Amino acid sequence: MHIVDRRLNPSGKNLANRQRFMRRAKSQIRKAVHESSGSRSIKDADQGGEVVLPSQGVHEPTLRRSSSGGIRDHLLPGNKEYIAGDTIQRPPSGGGGGGSEGSPDGEGEDDFRFALSRDEFVDLFLEDLELPDLAKRKVVNAEAVVYHRAGYSVSGSPANLALMRTVRNSLSRRIALKRPKPDELQALQDEIDALKDGSDEPRRIALEEELRRKQRKTSVIPYIDPLDVRYKRFEAQPKPVAQAVMFCLMDVSGSMTEHMKDLAKRFYVLLYIFLKRRYKNVDVVFIRHTHQASEVDEDTFFNSPETGGTVVSTALEEMQKVIADRYSPDNWNIYAAQASDGDNTASDNDKTANLLTRVILPVCQYYAYLEVGRDSEHFPPGFIRRDSDLWQTYSSIIRAGAPMAMRKVGHRRDIYPVFRELFAKKQGAEAHAE
Amino acid sequence: MSTNLIQPDLGAPLVRAERPMFEGADWDFRTIQRCHDECEKIAIGELGLDVYTNQIEVIGTEQMLDAYSSIGMPLFYKHWSFGKHFSRNEALYRAGMQGLAYEIVINSNPCISYIMEENTATMQTLVIAHAAFGHNHFFKNNYLFQQWTDANGILDYLEFARDYIMQCEQRYGEVAVERLLDAAHALMNQAVHKYPQKRATDLRMEEKRERERREHDEQVFNDLWRTVPGKGNARTDPTAVERRRALLQLPQENILYFLEKTAPRLAPWQREVLRIVRIIAQYFYPQSQTKVMNEGCATYVHYRIMNRLHEKGLLTDGAMVEFLKSHTNVVFQPEFDDPRYSGLNPYALGFAMMQDIERICTVPTAEDQQWFPHIAGSGDPMAVLRDVWANYRDESFILQYLSPKLVRHFGLFHVMDDSNEPNLRVEAIHDERGYRKIKQALAKQYDISWTSPDIQVVDVNLAGDRKLILHHRALNRILLDERDTRMVLQHLADLWGYDVLMKEIEPGTDAVLKEHAASPRPGIVQIEPT
Repeated sequence: MHIVDRRLNPSGKNLANRQRFMRRAKSQIRKAVHESSGSRSIKDADQGGEVVLPSQGVHEPTLRRSSSGGIRDHLLPGNKEYIAGDTIQRPPSGGGGGGSEGSPDGEGEDDFRFALSRDEFVDLFLEDLELPDLAKRKVVNAEAVVYHRAGYSVSGSPANLALMRTVRNSLSRRIALKRPKPDELQALQDEIDALKDGSDEPRRIALEEELRRKQRKTSVIPYIDPLDVRYKRFEAQPKPVAQAVMFCLMDVSGSMTEHMKDLAKRFYVLLYIFLKRRYKNVDVVFIRHTHQASEVDEDTFFNSPETGGTVVSTALEEMQKVIADRYSPDNWNIYAAQASDGDNTASDNDKTANLLTRVILPVCQYYAYLEVGRDSEHFPPGFIRRDSDLWQTYSSIIRAGAPMAMRKVGHRRDIYPVFRELFAKKQGAEAHAE
Repeated sequence: MSTNLIQPDLGAPLVRAERPMFEGADWDFRTIQRCHDECEKIAIGELGLDVYTNQIEVIGTEQMLDAYSSIGMPLFYKHWSFGKHFSRNEALYRAGMQGLAYEIVINSNPCISYIMEENTATMQTLVIAHAAFGHNHFFKNNYLFQQWTDANGILDYLEFARDYIMQCEQRYGEVAVERLLDAAHALMNQAVHKYPQKRATDLRMEEKRERERREHDEQVFNDLWRTVPGKGNARTDPTAVERRRALLQLPQENILYFLEKTAPRLAPWQREVLRIVRIIAQYFYPQSQTKVMNEGCATYVHYRIMNRLHEKGLLTDGAMVEFLKSHTNVVFQPEFDDPRYSGLNPYALGFAMMQDIERICTVPTAEDQQWFPHIAGSGDPMAVLRDVWANYRDESFILQYLSPKLVRHFGLFHVMDDSNEPNLRVEAIHDERGYRKIKQALAKQYDISWTSPDIQVVDVNLAGDRKLILHHRALNRILLDERDTRMVLQHLADLWGYDVLMKEIEPGTDAVLKEHAASPRPGIVQIEPT
């Protein structure tokens, strides 16, 4: 009897099969993911989880009997009252004399459920999306170092001993210096032993002399000399770490309802997941504003109420300050997303436009403006009833060709399509303008 | 459950062990070894089992899920459908909706049993007794397994299959191989030889036989035979159609075999892949016919071994209670009106029948004397059981050994569902008039020729339009599932390369009840422009 411990065997033997399955059902899974992203809270959007596929697409057909019609025999346990000849009302489902029959493959017409891992989910979720071409990859003070193999060295730690190279060197040295091989010594010894009977004394003496010489040579020329030893050499290379900071700007004045904040939040979360995928380090800065702006933490940002007027330029000023303080554009990729209901104090519009074009946009990779509306105000995209102050202001900026995009959103189901629209692959900056 | 306790064999002296094999739930490899050795003493020494060498492999949950989806085999070729099963099992398991099996055992030599690392020591002992001895004995001795499977070669063959299919993927592209496997898998249920094959005729043998016949005719030639009256025209030449069918070995129920040998347009590697799928299907063929017996045998063996271990003092009382709990769960049979009911539990039926045979051998009643005169009171249940395990399959086993006592115990009754009648009718119940009927009806449910549709390739005109004609003999007027049949026929047409027609025939009258047809799509085989 053998006991084999297989627990340490690599698991995930089925990874290849699973990938094939995913590829096969890709279009359906993608559809399911997009549908489920509408229903699940976006906070868990990157958590993976269960998706449901219609069974049709991944069905494996077999030649089997249909589940109805014909004459069928049922053998059932647990008879209590029936006697031979009784008739029983046919159960409505046609499942036979009680008990569920189910279809032979145990799957039936049910939908096929399975779980996606977080990575798989996000991959599908953000598939075909790309950050705008401008992404700059900054090296930050060689924070991370990667070691690469770089030839051999004569010194190093025993763990890095390059065995093959060492033995190869030793072999060539031994050949060059003609170190006798053990076989040769053995052969000589055998010959001497054969001559021990004294048949050819002079030859025996000559052989013994030769053997001594060779033995001396063996001891002088070592098998492995310190000269032979080589170590694998590693070279440290600084690894570029791309990092990004995401500014969330939001109007929290009284005119912003909970519903609007919720929409904005969903958009921010999507953007965060997306950035997280492209950059190793993503910082998030929350700036809220009424007639004055301040940097706050996430909870305050979304939850604590605030009253006051609406002056958008204050938020931009705050953002400018934070950038100057902590996020040098040389080292950081800067993204900004602004959510607002579009109100602004009329006198502030020029100032806002100025700040944006002169200061903010030049250092930003991307600036997205999301105008959130009331649920009831939802109307088809492209149909604009009356442009808000901010919308008009920003439209003029975009017309000038700035790296900026804006969209209107009225219902949470629109968030994801709008997000996809904004980041769809191979879309020039100018195409963002409406 | 019936409460007849197992009597220890009188021949084996009861020596109580000083210490149990283990205490508590923890185990290590030494414990496993000890459990195996103690089980072996009982299984071989007292029960007289005959097993392959055991190889016990400890695996984790993830690996168990892996094994699930490749039909329990340790290595298998790659296909998306396995990924699908894996995904579903994983989702069910993670959601806590489905537990995992305690073990998987493979019919190979050495016999590989997987045991889960999460199991307690008691469960490991149970699993070893169940799989490493019960199933193992059955695999080695049952005639179906001996006839249809090659325990020595299966792992090597699977390795070959995996590598071959991988090479095909590299050479011909994953898509091409996937389409071929999809089609082959759809026909997998129709890819077994149910009866031993006639030797295929090869040309050289044919020629030799023909020559020998002629020589024989020449040697015994006697012109007088010509004048003997009475023979008339009894021997006419077979018609062209019959001859053609004979050449193609038609009718043929093994569709993949037929395609492998005859499909006009398949490339050699495609034939080899069909062959791989077919051989694997054949390997699993006995398992589908011996579910009740196989599980009954394993459950009976583990029950005997565990009880014996407890008697010997090798199992603590606590461990015994733990064992009994999980044993009772395994052999639980819900009644038909119970929401948990999902058919007869093969463990319950199998175990009950094995125990019943033991009872008949040791303490027969008058009824048993009448029903089973050849074994009643024989006094050696193990000899009878070993013989049963070796020489029966589910259908013949139930037909032979389902006793009236068990029919009463399970309260079995037979309901007939005729779609032409407004109501279901109770045909037989567990009474004097019903025993035999129920036995026959139940046996039929395990008869593969009743449970799987009878589909055969009946004709093809290779010289003409090459249309492939199949018949489904619709037993009891049960037709094939329309949607699936359409899809499978499409696969079949893709493989065959020409049109395919399936006729559903009513046995007896030969009336055609329904027809399905399919034409090939380009993809698997290159279709010439017509």
